[in-house]
Amino acid sequence: MSDRLRDKLNILADAAKYDVSCSSSGSDRKNTNKGVGNGHQSGICHTYTEDGRCVSLLKILLTNHCIFDCAYCVSRRSNDIERAAFTVDEVVELTMNFYRRNYIEGLFLSSGIFKNADFTMERLVRVVKKLRLEENYNGYIHLKTIPGASDELMTEAGLYVDRMSINLEMPTEVGLKLLAPEKSHKDVVKPLNFVRNQIIQFNEEKKLIKSVPKFVPAGQSTQMVIGATAETDKEIMHTAAAFYQNFSLKRVYYSGYIPISNDSRMPILGTQPPLLRENRLYQTDWLMRFYGFKVNELLNDANPHLDTDIDPKLSWALRNLHHFPIDTNTADYQMILRIPGIGIGSAQKIVQARKFGKLYIHQLKKIGIAYNRAKHFITCADTPYQLNDFQAHQIKGFILAESQSKYLKTANNQLLLF
Amino acid sequence: MIYIFDGSLEGLFSAVFEWFERKPGEVSLVTVKRYQPDVFTPALQIITQREKADRVWKGLAKKLDSTWMRRLYTAYLSEIDEVYHDIFRFAIYIFSHPAGAEKNYGNAQVLHIAQTSRKVEREKHRMEAFIRFQKTADEIFYCGIDPDYNVLPLLINHFKNRYADQMWLIYDLKRNYGIFYNLESVEEVEMGIDVSMLKKQEKQLLDERESLYAELWRNYFKSTNIVARKNTKLHTQHVPKRYWKYLTEKL
Ligand code: SF4
Repeated sequence: MSDRLRDKLNILADAAKYDVSCSSSGSDRKNTNKGVGNGHQSGICHTYTEDGRCVSLLKILLTNHCIFDCAYCVSRRSNDIERAAFTVDEVVELTMNFYRRNYIEGLFLSSGIFKNADFTMERLVRVVKKLRLEENYNGYIHLKTIPGASDELMTEAGLYVDRMSINLEMPTEVGLKLLAPEKSHKDVVKPLNFVRNQIIQFNEEKKLIKSVPKFVPAGQSTQMVIGATAETDKEIMHTAAAFYQNFSLKRVYYSGYIPISNDSRMPILGTQPPLLRENRLYQTDWLMRFYGFKVNELLNDANPHLDTDIDPKLSWALRNLHHFPIDTNTADYQMILRIPGIGIGSAQKIVQARKFGKLYIHQLKKIGIAYNRAKHFITCADTPYQLNDFQAHQIKGFILAESQSKYLKTANNQLLLF
Repeated sequence: MIYIFDGSLEGLFSAVFEWFERKPGEVSLVTVKRYQPDVFTPALQIITQREKADRVWKGLAKKLDSTWMRRLYTAYLSEIDEVYHDIFRFAIYIFSHPAGAEKNYGNAQVLHIAQTSRKVEREKHRMEAFIRFQKTADEIFYCGIDPDYNVLPLLINHFKNRYADQMWLIYDLKRNYGIFYNLESVEEVEMGIDVSMLKKQEKQLLDERESLYAELWRNYFKSTNIVARKNTKLHTQHVPKRYWKYLTEKL
């Protein structure tokens, strides 16, 4: 019996791994009634795969049987692979035993669609309820919901899970129609919208009546596959920006397409996944969410693609040299954030420290800014007087010469940002 | 002038108290263990006194927010000698300046304490992530660790809140003490036996299903990897090799 369980785990973890989200953050669920588990506000990565991705959750499919035939998906109906399905009890047993040993922060459950949307969703909800109600489990649960499931099931699930997601899959409707003619972005928009409205409504009620339960406390996320079809970076990030705005998403994930078939509509087997591009998209996402950049400043008709050799923050600075140099002793926090080589932590330290006197180069270095990069864009108390006014391409040359190994050779992924 | 203290946090703050009593000017603070007599510099043995230390702690708490108080404590747990001296200097600096002086990152002690504290917090966080319990035959979830810094005191809350319905024991093999949760409260324990025995529990002492779940977890770890994305550099950056010995999935 344990052999069969192991085989199922291998098949259903393998099929689930293309969902890159493994975040366990944003839940403040408490361990009530002396049960087991709680949320951790910023999440915990318990280990990392050999490709350097965070492993926080037990990420599995309930089953990889599916009635659909989406070309980019390993579980598609026409694919000749081994199929398996967990029972509700098996998922609960694995989750509890992994959790108790501190292997994981929780469960990320999704599923291929067998029979129909509601039938599948109903099973998923059973797992979630059993964990919460019978096992007294308060750890993290991320449920990837099934497009087309009924509002009742969605609402019921929302009462027990921490995060819900539903994937856009392709960044544009055209791309989606090409690879999954049975699907449409509308199928995603409807549940995202429904859940967003429910969250707002529950929060409103909670203000009045304390006993109102939490509803999807860690919010919603989505994922787009990058590089399966021919979108520009601009199209991808404008879609992301719109979804962040319209559905108050917590995260948008970008997953470089890993060829899984010889379908002529997509990159062929053996093509390298676009990891560098994926990294640039995450950097852009970061700049939008934490650095106050508007998507249009980073990607527009004149610049529809992100540079590959330099990060998007440096690209923006080089295109906008008229804003520089910025005086670190007087500039607004918002402007300091825009200086290449200065991250959020250093920017905050700078604005605090300068209240005690003008900052000098050696202090900026100690604070931890990447001075060799930043020096082209700043002045401080002892900036050497400079005769020549460098052009953008010259500055880029200097920076690249210094940081070549770091920025060109490794194709980093989401966790290595600036 | 050299102040010698016993290495405890109370001792350190007693030294601060002492300094304000005598105002001897420049003083360097060292632990008894590290002190090397030197004929040219007078030394004073600090007597650890709880009440004095408390007064210093409370005085600091009036001028610093809870983030900074925690920074002092966590930096202290680094057990780094220079950091003891930095905390000593920092306390004097804070008492001698108007409120807000801790925000001056241009000050060497401010910066060093903040940076050390971050290192300790990072190791605490890593322990929260990398600890792998093994369930023993007597139903205790056990893990032995050997952290660079003395982080056990920082782990109590996290594990107590999370694993409230199972007994667990986390043992610092380097410092030879552990924290044990008995379903009611967490107590400090010391085991008289050879600690090398505790590295990994022997098979017959484990719960019968233990090896099954460890095996399933290793399988999961393999299956969730995407070969096409392999990036060993990034992997070891996140999971430095010195922690691999903790990890069930790496065995
Ligand atoms: S519906 Fe989901 S599981 Fe089924 S083929 Fe499409 S993407 Fe894959």
